[in-house]
Amino acid sequence: MDLDPSEDQRELQQMISRFSLDRFPADTVRDFAEPGRFDRSAWRELAELGTFGIALPESSGGVGLRWIDTVLVHETLGAALTPGPLLAATLAAGLVPGVLEGEVVPAIVERPTHGAVVIEHLSVADVLLVIETDGVRQIDPSSLDATLLTEPTDPATPVSVVRDLPTGELIADAATADRLRLLGSLLASAQLVGNAEGSTALAVTYAKEREQFGRPIGSFQGLKHLLADCYARTEVSRSAVWAAGVLVDEPEAGDLRRAVAGARVLAGRAAAENGKTCVQVHGGMGFTWEVDAHLFLKRAWVLETAFGSIDEAAELVAEALAASIS
Amino acid sequence: MHLRDSESDGEFRAELRAWLADAVPTLPAPPDAQDWPGRRAFDTVWQSMLFEAGYAGVNWPSEYGGRGATPTQHLIFLEEAAAAKAPDVGVGFVGQMHAGPTLIAEGTPEQQAHHLRGILTGEHVWCQGFSEPGAGSDLASLRTRAIRDGDDYVVSGQKIWTSHAMVADYCELLVRTDPDVPKHKGITWLILPMDTPGIDVRPLMTVQGSAEFAELFLDEVRIPVTNRVGDENDGWRVTNVTLSFERGTGFVGELLDTTNIMGELVELAQRTPRGAGTAWDDDGLRRDIGAIAAELDALWAFTKRNVSQGAKGGMAMGSGSAFKMSYATVVHKLGDIALRVLDRSSLAFDDIGGEPTGAQIHHKLKGFAVGIGGGTSQIQQNIIAERVLGLPR
Repeated sequence: MDLDPSEDQRELQQMISRFSLDRFPADTVRDFAEPGRFDRSAWRELAELGTFGIALPESSGGVGLRWIDTVLVHETLGAALTPGPLLAATLAAGLVPGVLEGEVVPAIVERPTHGAVVIEHLSVADVLLVIETDGVRQIDPSSLDATLLTEPTDPATPVSVVRDLPTGELIADAATADRLRLLGSLLASAQLVGNAEGSTALAVTYAKEREQFGRPIGSFQGLKHLLADCYARTEVSRSAVWAAGVLVDEPEAGDLRRAVAGARVLAGRAAAENGKTCVQVHGGMGFTWEVDAHLFLKRAWVLETAFGSIDEAAELVAEALAASIS
Repeated sequence: MHLRDSESDGEFRAELRAWLADAVPTLPAPPDAQDWPGRRAFDTVWQSMLFEAGYAGVNWPSEYGGRGATPTQHLIFLEEAAAAKAPDVGVGFVGQMHAGPTLIAEGTPEQQAHHLRGILTGEHVWCQGFSEPGAGSDLASLRTRAIRDGDDYVVSGQKIWTSHAMVADYCELLVRTDPDVPKHKGITWLILPMDTPGIDVRPLMTVQGSAEFAELFLDEVRIPVTNRVGDENDGWRVTNVTLSFERGTGFVGELLDTTNIMGELVELAQRTPRGAGTAWDDDGLRRDIGAIAAELDALWAFTKRNVSQGAKGGMAMGSGSAFKMSYATVVHKLGDIALRVLDRSSLAFDDIGGEPTGAQIHHKLKGFAVGIGGGTSQIQQNIIAERVLGLPR
């Protein structure tokens, strides 16, 4: 057993983090959802680092590492608020030619049981993958009657609404669809952990600089305890996400589905709560567009809805728990 | 990163599991929870069995009589012992987890020779005389006074929260030897034999109705200077030296206990009639339990992470604090859910209706012990804020 990242893994995280903060600085994240802001060359550079094929075998053009390494990379991307269809690209890289290299930009969505479907990053996508119970289908976005929304909640995540999603072409079986749903949930949780860490770091920096009553506000116990709670939530949920990541590679060592669902409950809550705390610690400035606090919180809301809700995840853990003791 | 056992850890686990399967059924019936002499006798029997089998002091260095196992193997030991429903460390807690490791680090060869083996065999039971009525979170402000008189210290004062004092042979005692220097610099660590004249032990009843703790009144108790561990006035450092032994396994027993209680609560909910079905059919309740299970799973993963870091040299600063405060919250939340399931069966510590309801009430109250003992959750928050996040004092 070893649930502590190696030097190599930490270096991989630092490499991705440096690149991401350099090529997608906060200024570009702030209005990334607006038409024309998606930078295809930066996306290709991100792909060239191997970002979308960490766990794909080298024979398929991947990096040949494991899913836990992918989890660590997504944690880093979440902390850096890296924009773009990161989940879609990582899930589609083994299925759609060109995604791995960053040449083809994918969007991904689960087919809803009824009603219109809300899809992230569809406006910049060359291909749409639809996850269904019987398999994965591929659709050409240009064939869709899609409406790009002008005011997405997260200014870095463009959102389109499609009223009637056509059937599309089946490209993978039910088992693959199931696997993508599981991995999608896990990688979203990994980004949520990074998000929780990032918003905490932003709040801590501000709490050290901002002075009121003649002293840094971070010296007040009321704020200290809020921020300590943020730290604890991050570390507890990070532990859950790492354990789930290792279980993808070593499924014999535990209950993977329960671990992924549990990780989602904790990472979702950690990012949402820490994001709220980050706004609160910034006071009035936190309520402004100018401060980055809202970017973390809004991204957390987007990620929370990816591949299942917290309620569904909690239900899944409860069912797994009941099954394990009966 | 791995969750599966390495080959050597797998062998360790298999051998241990086989031994436990043979050993646990030979134990006598456990005594009543309030029968302290009986509990001491029972715990000592188990500890001596562990000693004979080479499993006493699993994480102690082999040159001091321990097994010298890795932190990971210590975790495996605790995990397997709980799975086999073996007794926990019981009255051996202070000796094995704190006094022993302190003597290993700071004791003289004579002190080590006299005490360590007894802790491992279970013959010597220790208690802890640290906290005082006026020195809780601010432990360093303790006032129990020790005045040097020839080859003895003469000690007077009052200690509180002294677990197992009624059945202990020795007490690790913190005293003030110099009241005129900053508070951390005038403290000394002494070994107090509990049969020394001048000690009055008064049991302290907890909210759980148990007398686990005691107050210790010391009236001119003479303790030989040779019982001092470390230098005079260096006791604060001596006390904290065990922190560097912390390898993340500190709460494993309790975590496994909470996991069991959660399992019992699920079964209880499945048998408890509510509306047209059972309490378990309530979506809100079921999801709340699911979320608690997720948190417990996460704390188990956190433990493995801390143990992994411990094996590489040391846990990250703040990990212990984050773990402890989160665990306390989980116990409280689980207790709140238990009350929803039990409803009016929560009105007694006794089991009601042939169901194991009493254990749920006891466990609910245990949340306070976790969130207060060994540094309150608020102290843990301060530690994280100041030492990890670097917020100004």
